[in-house]
Amino acid sequence: MARFLLRRALWFVVTSWAVITIAFFVLRAAPGGPFSGERKLHPTVEAALRAQYHLDWPLWKQYLHTLGPLNLDERGLFGDASDVFGGVLALDFGPSMQHRDVSVNDALAQSLPISIALGGLALAIALVLGLSAALISAHAPNSRFDRLVRILSASGLVLPNFVIASLLVLVFAFWIPIAPVAGWGAPRHMLLPAVSLALPFAAYIARLARAGLLETLSKDYIRTARAKGASEARILWRHALRGALTPVVSYLGPAAAGVLTGSLVIERIFAIPGAGTHFVASALNRDYTMAMGVTVVYAVMVFGFNTAVDVAYTLLDPRLDLEREA
Amino acid sequence: MPSSAPALRLRRFVAAVLAALVVALIVALALRARRTRADFVFTAGGEVKSLDPHAATGVPEGRVLRALFEGLVVRDPVTLEPAPGCAESWTVSADFKTYTFTLRDAARWSNGERVSAQDFVWSWTRLLAPQTGAEYAAQLWCVEGAREFSQGLAGPEALGLTALDERTLEVRLSEPQPRLLEVLCFYAFAPLHRASYEAVRQRYPATWPTQWTRPEHLVTNGPFALRERRINERVRLERSPHYWDADGVALRTVDMLSIESWSSALNLYLTGEVDWVDGAIPTNLVPRLAKREDFRATPYLGVYFYRLNTTRPPLDDPRVRRALSRAVQRAEITAKVLKAGQSPALSFTPWGAIGDYKAPSLIQVTEAGAQAEFQAANYSTPKRNAREFPAIEIHFNTSETHRAIAEVVAHHWKQTLGVKARLRNQEWKAFLDAQSRLEYDVSRSSWIADYADPGNFLEIWTSDNPNNRTGWKNARYDALIASARRERDPARRWPLYAQAEKLLLDESPCIPIYSYVSQNLVDPGLGGFDDNALNEPSLAKLYWRDPLELDAARKQGAAGKQRVASHGPRAGLRSPRSAAQLLDASGGAHGANVGGER
Repeated sequence: MARFLLRRALWFVVTSWAVITIAFFVLRAAPGGPFSGERKLHPTVEAALRAQYHLDWPLWKQYLHTLGPLNLDERGLFGDASDVFGGVLALDFGPSMQHRDVSVNDALAQSLPISIALGGLALAIALVLGLSAALISAHAPNSRFDRLVRILSASGLVLPNFVIASLLVLVFAFWIPIAPVAGWGAPRHMLLPAVSLALPFAAYIARLARAGLLETLSKDYIRTARAKGASEARILWRHALRGALTPVVSYLGPAAAGVLTGSLVIERIFAIPGAGTHFVASALNRDYTMAMGVTVVYAVMVFGFNTAVDVAYTLLDPRLDLEREA
Repeated sequence: MPSSAPALRLRRFVAAVLAALVVALIVALALRARRTRADFVFTAGGEVKSLDPHAATGVPEGRVLRALFEGLVVRDPVTLEPAPGCAESWTVSADFKTYTFTLRDAARWSNGERVSAQDFVWSWTRLLAPQTGAEYAAQLWCVEGAREFSQGLAGPEALGLTALDERTLEVRLSEPQPRLLEVLCFYAFAPLHRASYEAVRQRYPATWPTQWTRPEHLVTNGPFALRERRINERVRLERSPHYWDADGVALRTVDMLSIESWSSALNLYLTGEVDWVDGAIPTNLVPRLAKREDFRATPYLGVYFYRLNTTRPPLDDPRVRRALSRAVQRAEITAKVLKAGQSPALSFTPWGAIGDYKAPSLIQVTEAGAQAEFQAANYSTPKRNAREFPAIEIHFNTSETHRAIAEVVAHHWKQTLGVKARLRNQEWKAFLDAQSRLEYDVSRSSWIADYADPGNFLEIWTSDNPNNRTGWKNARYDALIASARRERDPARRWPLYAQAEKLLLDESPCIPIYSYVSQNLVDPGLGGFDDNALNEPSLAKLYWRDPLELDAARKQGAAGKQRVASHGPRAGLRSPRSAAQLLDASGGAHGANVGGER
């Protein structure tokens, strides 16, 4: 396990460097810049702004500056202070170029917990809904309930989450007003967005777990358990579920990443001040510093989920040995 | 059965999932202590660029900054004329080169300190300083020494700004500027509190630019103070007890929500969680919303137009440009595509009139006229064969409405002139970049004025203006605009602008298409909401009508409108002063909900 984690850590360094480098150069290569607008800035003003954020430097110097805690500036950001860009290695992303009085770190500190809470809740809802549906379905395959679950999960997979979100808003905010249409600030604001975000994943989990359960139920050890007189519920919960969980767990890594990126749309529909808003807006606004900060954070999170999933395999299935695989 | 190791692991897994659920809920709950609804909630599109008046630009920024800060003069929300703000009076020298302002004795910062003339000198020096990078600095370059200082050619010592005493500010200009007061209404010229700003700067030597506008640090002098700012969520304002006219302010708290999606904003409005929404209403919703009593469309100081790249043949020929302009039937676009009461633009200054300025000659939209121009340039029209006109491209930033308009324009061109026009859309920043580099034939644009003056529209077409972006240069036009700027007497200024505009329309580097209207949904219970051409109602004047007043207002209002319920949080919430007047008038019988703490 230790060797596996060490290897992963090395890969993490290489991947992050690649992500940072690509993000840096792709953003700079995109046409336009952070200070272009319908109303064009006076050349003097634009030059002053570009100098403030070091956009007048050659690209290699900007790149090194973005990368690390290297003080390359002789005069400081605003002409009189020490340099405010700590650099990615110092985990200091500097000031946003679009929201000039906000630091990227502050913006992330405010928005990430929101995205994580929303994503965590959505994943939990997806797991609970998906697994419960699968258990009941597998208990009586081809029953009416089973068919209903299969229809619902199929539609959950086909419908994009913004359609689900709009339907939920229509039903639960306008027809039966039990939840707010949008906004953020109280726990009740999480209800509709978390459910809309969760449903497609719940559908997929239900299908995965149902298939896994049905396969496991045909195994010899289940027959043995039945022969021993174990109750059907106990067989499902105790014996079959574990075997069926492996595909679900392996799906959780991509699902967690999917919840994060899927929340971009949900955050917009429900006006949620999460990190997804920054992710989209910073790219559109050419807010170089903010885009770099969000990209790095997302890369770290996706990498973290995948590693966590690999570790979870060993907990679920002792036959897997990460050391050997590594 | 004794628990096997795998079963234990399974249970641990389930436990971990449940724990994650609980943690997520706790985080959610802990995110925010319970917050009460503000007295007034409005949406403002996306997150404000900055709360630093020198760094901010844009409409939502203006809404919040005018509530937080107050300049020497403010715009009257009804007439848009400059009215006393932080200054109670002023004198202007006969040559329009020296302005002397007297500050209100009662003008105070939100920490209770007196607003002084020195505050203005310091703030404007910061605004003009080259390292500030303030977009609006150039508007103050008429001040002595300002241009040189802004461009780093001179120090601030020579600036024509003097605090004659605590309450008297003298502004000396290097050239006559008869419109200085209009300029000064803009939020960029509000004062900043030097002591608190410098304290933050000392405390956070590296990060002060992202620290000083935080609620715990920002000291302001307007009717409201900053209470909370959650990025991409809301800015909460609180009535400032030290404001000189605090008695005249009804709302105790105001929330400005940052909401990118217009339909989400509309949903929040319809469920009563937001009291005012403005924005580009999707055109398919306009006919439905326009029937409601709370839908308010007002002419707005902005023009939607197409730029023509005058450096590319065949658009380098003014006859071709005029033909294209005269072939666009604007009325069809406003009536069939936009539908919210926008007016067809037949001049570059909106609706052909600003104040008592009248645009000189309007564009004559006729088929025959357009064809005649085209034939004069020896190009084929559906009626006569000549040179074939090369296909051109209409360039716009990605949006349903822009596409719909481009389709109609392309259709008119084809029908009238036989011109083939392709459509090309681009993402916003790439679009702006291409437009700046003149990599287009015809490109969509708009211009929103800062104040009601024809010069504010016409100046963008001077040769060296960064907002020209058509390659059109005309020395006579430049000279006309320059002399109009210097002219003090409106009676002589307007004809100069009219001559310039006539020249502009003759040369047609642009095709004006329509003049904007602001589109607001305003809770019917809200009082003091003044519609004006800049869509700048004063938050300090808003209050909630009581049912009696609402009824009376409805009887006066336009008949036949669909009534909607007021969701206003506090019917009858008035400013302390107006509540007291109401009490006096009715002998105390009328129960008014006074805006103080209860």
